[in-house]
Amino acid sequence: MSIGANEEFRPKIVAFCCNWCSYAGADLAGSSRLAYPADVKIIRVPCSCRVNPMFILRAFERGADGVILCGCHPGDCHYSTGNFYARRRMTMLFSMLDYIGVENGRTRVEWVSAAEGAKFSATMNDFVAKVTSLGKNVRLGDLRCKN
Amino acid sequence: MQELINKAKELLANGTVVRVLGWRAGDLSYNPEPAFFETEEDLQKFVYDGFCGANLSKYMIEASKLDGKTLVFLKPCDTYSFNQLIKEHRVDREKAYIVGVGCRGKLDIDKIKEQGIKGIESVEGTELDGPDTLTIKTLYGDKTCSYASAMLGRCHVCKGKEHMIADEIIGESKDTKDAERFDAVKAVEAMSPEERFNFFQKELRKCIRCNACRNVCPACSCRKCVFDSNKFDSAQKANVDSFEEKMFHVIRAFHVAGRCTDCGECSRVCPQGIQLHLFNRKFIKDINEYYGEFQAGADIEARGPLTNYTFDDVEPSIVKERG
Ligand code: SF4
Ligand code: SF4
Ligand code: FES
Repeated sequence: MSIGANEEFRPKIVAFCCNWCSYAGADLAGSSRLAYPADVKIIRVPCSCRVNPMFILRAFERGADGVILCGCHPGDCHYSTGNFYARRRMTMLFSMLDYIGVENGRTRVEWVSAAEGAKFSATMNDFVAKVTSLGKNVRLGDLRCKN
Repeated sequence: MQELINKAKELLANGTVVRVLGWRAGDLSYNPEPAFFETEEDLQKFVYDGFCGANLSKYMIEASKLDGKTLVFLKPCDTYSFNQLIKEHRVDREKAYIVGVGCRGKLDIDKIKEQGIKGIESVEGTELDGPDTLTIKTLYGDKTCSYASAMLGRCHVCKGKEHMIADEIIGESKDTKDAERFDAVKAVEAMSPEERFNFFQKELRKCIRCNACRNVCPACSCRKCVFDSNKFDSAQKANVDSFEEKMFHVIRAFHVAGRCTDCGECSRVCPQGIQLHLFNRKFIKDINEYYGEFQAGADIEARGPLTNYTFDDVEPSIVKERG
């Protein structure tokens, strides 16, 4: 599908949010009437470390233009250490995606607490703007690039 | 080689081991293959020469389930894989009698062919104490090339000639390293994102999904592999279009990240010549940079980098910041 001059590109954004902090942060953003674009589809996970790197790849393969993972601040994970492991995994994954030539602005990790409704909304606004500027994700649909 | 055969006979005869895991002659003179030997007679087919690149550690997973001890021959680089498998509880140290074998670099028949040598019938001088020059018998007469010019890529960046684990060592190893391990990764990193994407697209497009890289890998030893699950069509390989298929290379490399010893087997066996080490070494390089130098399989205690953390680890945004 081509994007016509007056047809605005709306990115598809997947946001994995941990149940205990970031999802509650999103709730607070909502109840505080802080807006963030409807392009962001939230998937609630029990903890940031529930996010297998393959979830991120799968989101891209299914058509996401950007994927963001939000969890409790380091040290505040409900399960003590989950986000420490998530942090290492995501660093490795994002670095690999960058290495194979996928624009690194399409992936992000942000720590958002339940009290940070404003941060949640600001983060999402910023991320959507970034991904919109990158345009449609074409590189990470099929890594073997047969098509 | 005779020394190894004698050792095998001795240990079989005195009952220390009930089988031997080594290499036997293949259908061509330059493709010996891994094999189990149970009798003296079997051992007539035993070989150990420059083409015995195959890492036998992974076969010890099966051997660990059998009764009795197995004598296994491991080259210095293979011992890293064996240690890693001990750490992951995939092999039983008690079931193995490890003879560390000497190595002066292993050979790659394609490196000989690339030098324009055609119609190869056999290669001579490949044994451990052989000469520095190989003699290649071809349909068009004898040709020569230096041993080093015919070595596998991985031997040019060898981790070292020490065995990390062994009950005894037979044969001298030589230093073969003459290049830097991460140079190829750095060369890719230096490209622009577009160039990198085009480079990998070209490289990965060659993949025929034969699964050889996975099958040979000592780190890839899950009982049920995600690529074999009958929930996805990736197991059938032909004309598949599933997620696992599309993302095969990143998934494969990520699954062994932090556990890959950089043994080089994946790149050695790929029939399409895909440089799989470019993926594995990128992870190793990142791990070294962000979490401290780590060599999988150097010991059996150290916690793997992806099953560990510190409070002050770098944030994933480092990827963007480093540019
Ligand atoms: S990924 Fe390749 S280099 Fe690493 S352990 Fe497996 S076969 Fe060896
Ligand atoms: S060995 Fe090579 S061709 Fe076979 S699946 Fe691995 S990368 Fe693809
Ligand atoms: S519970 Fe929020 S990151 Fe673990």
